[in-house]
Amino acid sequence: MTANILVLPLIIPLATAILTLVVRNNIEWQRRISLLGAGALLISSIVILATVNRHGILVLQIGNWEAPFGITFVADLFSAIMVTLTGIIGISIAFYSLGTIDREREAFGYHTFFHLLLMGVSGAFITGDIFNLYVWFEVMLMSSFVLLALGGRSKQIEGAAIYVTLNLISSALFLAAVGLLYGLVGTLNMADIARKMQLVAPPQSYPILTAVAMLFLIAFGIKSAVFPLFFWLPASYHTPPPAVSALFAGLLTKVGVYSLIRVFTLIFIHNLSFTHNLILIIAGFTMVTGVLGAIAQGEIRKILSFHIVSQIGYMIMGLAIFTPLALAGSVFYITHHIIVKTNLFLIGGFVEHLKGTGDLKKLGGLYRQRWVLGLLFLVPALSLAGIPPLSGFFAKLSLVQAGLSSQQYLIVAVSLAVSLLTLFSMTKIWNEVFWKPEPETVSGDDHLFSGSTTGVRTRWLTWLVPIGTLAAITILIGLGAGGVFSLALRAGEELMDPGGYIRAVFGG
Amino acid sequence: MEIILAIVIGGLYAAGIYMMLRRSMVKLLIGLALLSHATNLLIFTAAGLTRGTPPILSEFEPGPSTPFADPLPQALILTAIVISLGVISFALAMAFRVYRTLGIDDLDKISPREKSE
Repeated sequence: MTANILVLPLIIPLATAILTLVVRNNIEWQRRISLLGAGALLISSIVILATVNRHGILVLQIGNWEAPFGITFVADLFSAIMVTLTGIIGISIAFYSLGTIDREREAFGYHTFFHLLLMGVSGAFITGDIFNLYVWFEVMLMSSFVLLALGGRSKQIEGAAIYVTLNLISSALFLAAVGLLYGLVGTLNMADIARKMQLVAPPQSYPILTAVAMLFLIAFGIKSAVFPLFFWLPASYHTPPPAVSALFAGLLTKVGVYSLIRVFTLIFIHNLSFTHNLILIIAGFTMVTGVLGAIAQGEIRKILSFHIVSQIGYMIMGLAIFTPLALAGSVFYITHHIIVKTNLFLIGGFVEHLKGTGDLKKLGGLYRQRWVLGLLFLVPALSLAGIPPLSGFFAKLSLVQAGLSSQQYLIVAVSLAVSLLTLFSMTKIWNEVFWKPEPETVSGDDHLFSGSTTGVRTRWLTWLVPIGTLAAITILIGLGAGGVFSLALRAGEELMDPGGYIRAVFGG
Repeated sequence: MEIILAIVIGGLYAAGIYMMLRRSMVKLLIGLALLSHATNLLIFTAAGLTRGTPPILSEFEPGPSTPFADPLPQALILTAIVISLGVISFALAMAFRVYRTLGIDDLDKISPREKSE
């Protein structure tokens, strides 16, 4: 009955969301409940990771309906790692929100939708049913729509309009793909689909299976912002308050990447030479266009948004190479990326908070005033570029090794060149924001924070704790890279062995 | 029957995409609604059209008499309809908000403002 813990990452955020609604008139209590809920989510996710690590894949048949008739929740190592990351990001953002989200937004349900979003994300990571995955996507999207548009002035509403439209198109495609797949194999349980594909799918049905695979690729590709479907991301991620954009940057696109990896390691492995080569090409272009887009930008969070796109390329590069080592590289990269990227957005958002603008031209001299922040920025920034001994170096190293050992020299060259450009971009932010002398006239619009009434002292703690903790985790992943990598390698091996997943779901 | 439905679905997708390519925000939403209708019909058709008895077990028969209709796609469609109801109403509210704050219904006028900032 240990498998019952799999419902905790869903129940806890749901209960928290409901409780924050119950006390919606009392913002102080909302904050306490929100912190408590995020803490409980982190603890439950760590318990799940520890259990999966010790006992192997956890499977829960909801309502005791045997697979494939009911909905199945499955946590293999990859899912468990993702849920744990959700927990870490959840508590960091809950803490950071205390000082940077204004009372107006809190009164209109910021905390509620924050936890509903966490529920959607965890659900997507844990479910073993493809239609259920669609439902969790919708839960997540609805809350993200609200968070993105909540309390918005014109700029934010514009970003939301683009985001909502593109995501709705992606959902429609995803649903169509699910329907077609059901028509072909007659089941929705992912393990059962994989089993039927292995046993029955005759070679003459491959073209139509590949067509369905492409529908999934486009649907998840829009969500994870790969080339050429990423334009919505840089147009919307810099508009909401820093806490929300950090949350989105850390988690949302990674749900798309997770689904891509899940579907293209478990289900669509019948035509590797076509599908995975296509993913490889996409990965290369995603890296390059993302990083080139970032160079042209002049605002902190816009630069960082383009870097998300570029980093997505690395994650699916591991999927495309399709060896245990490469998938381990992907898992490691996702782990590193979620923590580092969230942290960069938290820092970028805090700089905007301090100075009222994110425009590099108007910023400067911050190192003199806030040297702690400057040093803390260097940790994730250098990690993102892949400087040893930080987490990014080992993530890139494992991908490069995987690429070399399967003779994909071109993509390795691209990925190395892109990381040089990433370093350039990060030093640009460092120079402009922290190092160069402050320009004389600073005029900015601080409408994002106009409603904030919290004292300066609380703000000091609320930014230092999450940013410092995430930076510490980045360093720890770098120093303990061996342990994290062996975990990632086991996750990669599990992903490459769909048989194990199928056996776990069907109990023997 | 499948042929007719296939044509209907194709028509709905075409109309939906055409509407989404227009500039007006309201037309975009109509397009999205058409797209979700097309998808629902697609699930219905792809899962196989069976003219048969309902898939209900009775006390006296060991199993449902064949051929019986597959209930699962209908459950999927029902879920999808509910979700799209929620999503479309949110999107409508947001379109209204865009109109109120920006005073425009033209999508092309949204993006240049983005760039000029």
